[in-house]
Amino acid sequence: MDWEALLLSLRLAAWTTLLLLPLAILLARTLAWSRFPGRGLLEALVTLPLVLPPTVLGYYLLMALAPDSPLGRLLGGGLAFHFSGLVVASMVYSLPFAVQPLLRAMEGIPRELREAAWCCGLTPWQSLLRVELPLAWPGVLSAVVLSFAHTLGEFGVVLMVGGNIPGETRTLSIAIYDKVLAFEEAAAGRMALLLLGITLLALALMQWLDRRLRVRERGHG
Amino acid sequence: MAEPGDLAFAFRQERGIPLDCRATCRAGQVLALVGPSGSGKTTILRAIAGLERPQWGRVRCGDTSWLDTDAGISLPPQQRRVGFLFQQAALFPHLSLLENVVMALGHLPAASRRKQAREILGRVHLQGLEGRRPAALSGGQQQRGALARALARDPEVLLLDEPFAAVDRVTRRKLHLELIQLTREIGIPVLLVTHDLDEAMMLADRLCVIHHGHGLQEGEPEAVLRAPDSSLVARLMDVRNLFRGRLRAPPGSGEPGILEWGGARLEIARAPDLPSGSEVHWTIPPGEVLLHQRRRPSRGERENPLQARVAEVIVLGGTASLLLVPLHHPQERLYMDLPRHVLQRNAIVIGDLVGVSLLAGSIHVMTN
Repeated sequence: MDWEALLLSLRLAAWTTLLLLPLAILLARTLAWSRFPGRGLLEALVTLPLVLPPTVLGYYLLMALAPDSPLGRLLGGGLAFHFSGLVVASMVYSLPFAVQPLLRAMEGIPRELREAAWCCGLTPWQSLLRVELPLAWPGVLSAVVLSFAHTLGEFGVVLMVGGNIPGETRTLSIAIYDKVLAFEEAAAGRMALLLLGITLLALALMQWLDRRLRVRERGHG
Repeated sequence: MAEPGDLAFAFRQERGIPLDCRATCRAGQVLALVGPSGSGKTTILRAIAGLERPQWGRVRCGDTSWLDTDAGISLPPQQRRVGFLFQQAALFPHLSLLENVVMALGHLPAASRRKQAREILGRVHLQGLEGRRPAALSGGQQQRGALARALARDPEVLLLDEPFAAVDRVTRRKLHLELIQLTREIGIPVLLVTHDLDEAMMLADRLCVIHHGHGLQEGEPEAVLRAPDSSLVARLMDVRNLFRGRLRAPPGSGEPGILEWGGARLEIARAPDLPSGSEVHWTIPPGEVLLHQRRRPSRGERENPLQARVAEVIVLGGTASLLLVPLHHPQERLYMDLPRHVLQRNAIVIGDLVGVSLLAGSIHVMTN
């Protein structure tokens, strides 16, 4: 068992989810309620990582995060083959998994409720925190669990952008791949089972929380 | 705190829902915007609240300008102190009734909000239900809760968007009475959007008839009903006695004018400034059609007398509505409202021939 790789995977998933969530909330809110030119394009871009082959996405991210790229020059060194580069890549890769559930939840909030919030004197930020997010709570939960689980299991993008550097970019899924190539099938099997267990647990937790929440909302306060 | 003042608004817009209307609502008054669905009433209300931005518009409340497109002023809804009551209550479903009201008390120090919220809920008769979620309240209670939330902000204007459309009749009548009482107490302009004319007649001090976003006529409800500016207003106000006629002679100095109605010549006291021979519409309130009593003839009977047959009698409460077929003009139907006891004393039944008078002063002539 490659504990280092497991820890790295968990760290990567946690950072990605944490940084992605606020971004996804703002994106979902914009897509749900604003009408502006280019809205369709934005929605398509957000959905793109869902259907694009991970290697293609990984290739473009590698180019963008390389030391001699405009971004790399700006940061005084590339993010490719570093943990921070993996976080950026994972955020892009998991973007649709965070935005889609949030978007559906936000679209389900009646327009009058947001307008009632404004007429109560709530600023857009207060309205977001006190009315929209509490009402979109199941969507927020889904977004968290899905981005976490999806990041935990990603492979192609990580391999392209991060390579296979122990302690820096070698995630659990890369480690499994490594073990399989090295004919250490028992070790690969253990790690695969662990990853399966964690993912399954996350999804079950989400379902349970979601059900509990719905029961509470139907109750009389 | 500044004295809450009058609300004045004017909107013009060509794209989307067309608008062209202006009106003023005085503090303490209820102004009803009436018109068929899709006439732009709700858009006007939303533009006042700042939820919608018209192409051109002005909204002034007291001495504050909320919207002035010419001057580039457009305050967001948060800065316009409005109480907005939505058609479907729109209470926050994840919060208790009390928390819903507290939400609109952001202008008070945090420590006093809950106490104030309880007080406001008491004013709309919801004490004891503070802890309930909206889903556990009846339609009427929800609407009362929404009213409490609208009032909590200490608004300068109260905007009501068909607030009673979704509740049952009994509850609606109760809410009407409470609302009348409340508007007297709070002394701010109240705008009521409704397609229910009875509601408007009952609640409003003034009424504005809206059609395709145009303000057609504004005035006291009785005055608009009695003297619509045009046949369109008359139709929108569901005026019962609306007839076509021809102006034969306009009223002169001291002389009555002559209106021709299916061969009969009716004397009229007033008419719009139109040449003789003009096609016009005219109306008479059903309550002012004078019955010739069988045993007690009166002087009014000499004025525009007509013979008619009773086609239908509908008794509702203390009033009897008679549908009459004038003998000289049998295609038309003339409504006459009588106190029920008059109907009984004269023993009028369907099929009877009756004499009625259309008093010259009660006839209102309007342009087509």
